[in-house]
Amino acid sequence: MSAAPSPGPAHAPGKGLALPSWKPNLAPNPDGSPWWARAFRITNIRIASQAFFFGLFVFLLWVTWLSRLKGYPASLFLEMDPLVGFATALSTHTVYRHLWWGLFLLVPTLLLGRVFCNWACPYGTLHQVTGWLFNIRSNKSRIEKNRYRPLFQTKYYLLGVLLVMAAFGSLQIGLLDPICLLVRTFTVTIIPAVDWGLASLAAQGLTSASSLLFKPATPEPRVFAGAWFVGALILGLVGANLFIPRFFCRVLCPLGAFLGVLSRWALFRIDRDVTKCTDCDLCLKGCEGASDPQGALRKSECFVCFNCIDDCPEDALTFRLNPLPSIAQLVKGSVKDGTATLGGLPVISKNLAVEVKAPDVPRRRWLFTAVAGVVAFPFLRFSKDVNKRGFHHKAIRPPGSVAEPEFLERCIKCDQCINVCPTNVLQPAKLAVAGLEGLWTPVMDFSVGFCQLNCTLCSEVCPTGAIQKTSVEKKLGLGAYAEAGPVRLGTAFFDRGRCLPWAMETPCVVCEEVCPTTPKAIGTYDEVFTRWDGKTVTLNKPYMRPELCIGCGICQKECPVVDDAAVYVTAIGESRSDDRTLLLSGKKTT
Amino acid sequence: MNENRRRFLKQLGTVAGISLGAGYVSLAPSGWPLSLSDPDGEGGKPREKGLRLPENGFAVDPSNVLPLLGVARGADLDAMLKAAVDAIGGIRRFIRTGDVVLVKPNVAFERSAPLGATSNPDVVAALVRLCREAGAAEVRVADNPIESPAACFARSGVQRAAIDAGSEVYLPTPSDFRLLETPGATHIARWPFFWRPFAGVTKVIGVAPVKDHNLCRASMTTKNWYGLLGGRRNQFHQDIHGIIADLALMLRPTFVVLDGSRVLWRSGPTGGSLADVREGRTLVASTDSLAADAFGWDDLLERKGEPLPAYFAKAAERGLGNPDWKLTNVREIQVG
Repeated sequence: MSAAPSPGPAHAPGKGLALPSWKPNLAPNPDGSPWWARAFRITNIRIASQAFFFGLFVFLLWVTWLSRLKGYPASLFLEMDPLVGFATALSTHTVYRHLWWGLFLLVPTLLLGRVFCNWACPYGTLHQVTGWLFNIRSNKSRIEKNRYRPLFQTKYYLLGVLLVMAAFGSLQIGLLDPICLLVRTFTVTIIPAVDWGLASLAAQGLTSASSLLFKPATPEPRVFAGAWFVGALILGLVGANLFIPRFFCRVLCPLGAFLGVLSRWALFRIDRDVTKCTDCDLCLKGCEGASDPQGALRKSECFVCFNCIDDCPEDALTFRLNPLPSIAQLVKGSVKDGTATLGGLPVISKNLAVEVKAPDVPRRRWLFTAVAGVVAFPFLRFSKDVNKRGFHHKAIRPPGSVAEPEFLERCIKCDQCINVCPTNVLQPAKLAVAGLEGLWTPVMDFSVGFCQLNCTLCSEVCPTGAIQKTSVEKKLGLGAYAEAGPVRLGTAFFDRGRCLPWAMETPCVVCEEVCPTTPKAIGTYDEVFTRWDGKTVTLNKPYMRPELCIGCGICQKECPVVDDAAVYVTAIGESRSDDRTLLLSGKKTT
Repeated sequence: MNENRRRFLKQLGTVAGISLGAGYVSLAPSGWPLSLSDPDGEGGKPREKGLRLPENGFAVDPSNVLPLLGVARGADLDAMLKAAVDAIGGIRRFIRTGDVVLVKPNVAFERSAPLGATSNPDVVAALVRLCREAGAAEVRVADNPIESPAACFARSGVQRAAIDAGSEVYLPTPSDFRLLETPGATHIARWPFFWRPFAGVTKVIGVAPVKDHNLCRASMTTKNWYGLLGGRRNQFHQDIHGIIADLALMLRPTFVVLDGSRVLWRSGPTGGSLADVREGRTLVASTDSLAADAFGWDDLLERKGEPLPAYFAKAAERGLGNPDWKLTNVREIQVG
């Protein structure tokens, strides 16, 4: 009731805030091991590994830029993602370029289980850190939250549907694959946000902040179509950790499910010694995967985080090579009566089950996912936007892209191409342009940027060959490619009703000036003209030479009629497609 | 009872405080301290105060005895540049120990140097070295290209050449632009200006290639200042001659170098084919960009006899130079 502060040590007169005194504790551990064994606990090493891989992930996104991409494997995480390799092998029957690097992750999983999830996955780290930072639960409540739930089967259903669809040629794993999802989220939301902050600091006089910019030397801030939605998704998915720890990893992650399926053959796993285990459930306190280490360990759910080993007061848990899948037949006596023994030692735990090998998905439900995948493919492909017959005129693909059906077999929507694009022209496609199947795939928006003539960076970083690695010679149709001609992205058109010289008696021709082809694809009809007010002006009225236009879109970008440009590019005439050639003479002969 | 009354009074005080505080900040006349009142909606609009460049620009004192145009012909760009600058008084007339110098090349497009669409990187490097040798404390190279800045500076070779010669390269970022006021300008009296490289600068030197231009016929040292602006530059073409005359008013350089080592004689300003380029073997230095450009028109673009583009007369009317270069003192030197 009283408003007076209660006297405490911090308020005691004549005394400042007491700092806790710190002395290194160099005493040996109770089990006789030296002091440094505490620092080198396996969970600390795991945290260091997570920090390393998260840092590497961000670093590789940071070097994904013209001035920094000096041979760095910028798309390393995507190329090492075995789900990307496996699903594109299903959809294309090929393994593109570096995708064999998935073996670097596949083999450790077959030996050790889902170590990737808690030792390397940057998205997993993000979820774990969030859960740890904002944890308000008591230990008892954490134990309950970390028990396995049937809801966690969801990821296997998703994986099944996505893989069946991939086999039909619709690659949708990128919607949920954690690496694709996180690269996309960084590209579209986090990097622009960080750069905005850094630029503000630089403007306040902290000039060194500008050297950290993800995207230096861009005169305007980068913008992305639908960034709010990608941002809302990451906030929602990360926020879900507050209700279900590791929600994404346990419930949705198709890569986790893929590695979970593989884990059934893993040679190592966490093993519980029933002669030591007192069934106290403390191992669940920090269990990241909700894999039931207190009972029968679910191999496919275990993230190998080792928190259970750390938390076990009885040292009953170990990570072992080739543990027995079942011990019930080796136990003598009765568990119920307390007379059971194993190898001469009394059995303390009441639970003799030690392993659940495979994911908890009944066979009939696997069948359901297969059927769902089979049905989902035509549902998506016969949506007009991605179908050959209705392909959107604004779905202009980056240079080097394979034809649309092959593109949809390969693109994982990781948006690395969008990340590296120096002019910001590459944008994640919205539903209205590309349907659900093409959601977040790269398309060009020439109101934002244009395709830089000598730039082929998007083809350099594409992990799956949706944008084939393309040299500048090939893009421009030089040297050995002279016969094939330049890569055309589309064709530019004039809207004479909006064009200043055509419709408004006003000189302009920015479009002709910036047209980069040689000779220029934009010519002018020059006319000396007496305006309504009697003034004489020279109007250079532009026209298009379609056989020269490569669809780079710089005319549209620089057109002063900025809201709805008087010259604009659509996908017709793109050289990757036989269906959408424009000129008879430009038709491919193949 | 006493405690209950105290609690009630505290609560009442909070209610009154929040009400009165909110009432004050929203209703007090706008001049009063802490007032947020804005009855007509004008108060919330941004009001950026414009910056100004120095009154006389970055020019040094004029001379009555020295030639106005130094023209050097040859192949050794370092020696040619030195000879051309020596002809108009030598680098020490312009650069003093401790000067912070901005060199403004034309790097508008992503073209390799031989295509002639950008300043020759070797000339930029020679100019940087010349300033360094004259004692400049710092040399900066900056441009705001039309195409992607990083790509333009890399492909043209200007970035590497400028850094190797001992200068710092400034590429534009969103926070680098401030409103510049140019009193008397027709179109760009207030316009976003690439300000960051100008902070602390004492001398400004333009170095521009000789280029044909689809709209204004010729792009040389005067049009080169286009690359210092941001904002909606694509409106400039509606009165390109008026804009170039404004650019001459906006920036009064220490001197300019007309880089006639190559001449983009057609298909400008972008070019793209070696057939559009011819060897010029000439460097011109001058404190008068109109005189230098007029010389370029007659001698390098070889358009002698054709009337000069309209921007020359518009700028000359403002007293910003003399396009009639034949009346001025010209010194021509053959190097090597």
